[in-house]
Amino acid sequence: MKDIISGLNKIFDSRIRLGIMSVLVVNDSLDFNTIKELLDVTDGNLASHLKALEKEEVIVVKKQFIGRKPNTSYSVTDQGRKLFQEHIDALEKLINPLS
Amino acid sequence: MDRNVDDLRYIRSTMERSTKFLSLSGISGVVAGLVALCGAYLAYLIMRGELSVTGIVLFDLLILAAIVLVTACSVGVYFSMRKAKKTGAKFWTPVTFQLIKDAGLPLVTGGLFSLILVYNGYFGMTAATMLIFYGIALVNAGAKTYDDIKILGFCEIVLGLLAGILIGNGLLLWAIGFGVLHIVYGIVMYMKYDAKSDKANG
Repeated sequence: MKDIISGLNKIFDSRIRLGIMSVLVVNDSLDFNTIKELLDVTDGNLASHLKALEKEEVIVVKKQFIGRKPNTSYSVTDQGRKLFQEHIDALEKLINPLS
Repeated sequence: MDRNVDDLRYIRSTMERSTKFLSLSGISGVVAGLVALCGAYLAYLIMRGELSVTGIVLFDLLILAAIVLVTACSVGVYFSMRKAKKTGAKFWTPVTFQLIKDAGLPLVTGGLFSLILVYNGYFGMTAATMLIFYGIALVNAGAKTYDDIKILGFCEIVLGLLAGILIGNGLLLWAIGFGVLHIVYGIVMYMKYDAKSDKANG
């Protein structure tokens, strides 16, 4: 859902979501704990934002077992990468309208 | 407006933090360089026969090399951990392990190959080998930390090649590569990255 005037995407309207997208676009996939440590956020907070981004289909969740331990890893979808890039472009345009 | 600038800054720093090991400290470069210079001086004394512990020059040099290696690595890890603590960054992240893997392969290969050279009596080429493999390790590690380390890596490779040509000057070039270059690099890195955060944190 894009704001028509600014071009900013409502999906990314929070620091944590920007953080999640930032770490996922530059890494193939990351597990929950790594994202948590990188962004320095609480479990519940991170989980709810991840869920929201998953619902918007900008990220995908992959659940698997490493040995006997369950492991949940996240990665961005092609759609998510595109929307996030557009969001960054919009931010840049707002700061420097001439570029 | 300010929020947009902040957002962009946050995005950039978060991307960087999740792909690069940024706790590498400039001070550790300087101290490791000083350790290497002391080591080179002691090696010079041993080779001239003015200093001896075991009575056999080769054993003395090997023990000295091991001590210098362990000391320099410990110093590097210690100051980097301190920097991580200061900047509030995690030291052990997946990136850290990747960095160790990237640098580790050329380092271990080069180390073993140097020992093989010594074992077979090709002493003249050991300094060149150490410099070249170390340089490759640094260039390899460059993808996962400050880009500047690649420049240091290339300089080490060039010195190593020179050491291969100028046989007999191995110790001098080794001292320049592992001593002087580390000190210069450490100071540059400290000024460029660490001094700012030190000031910001008081």
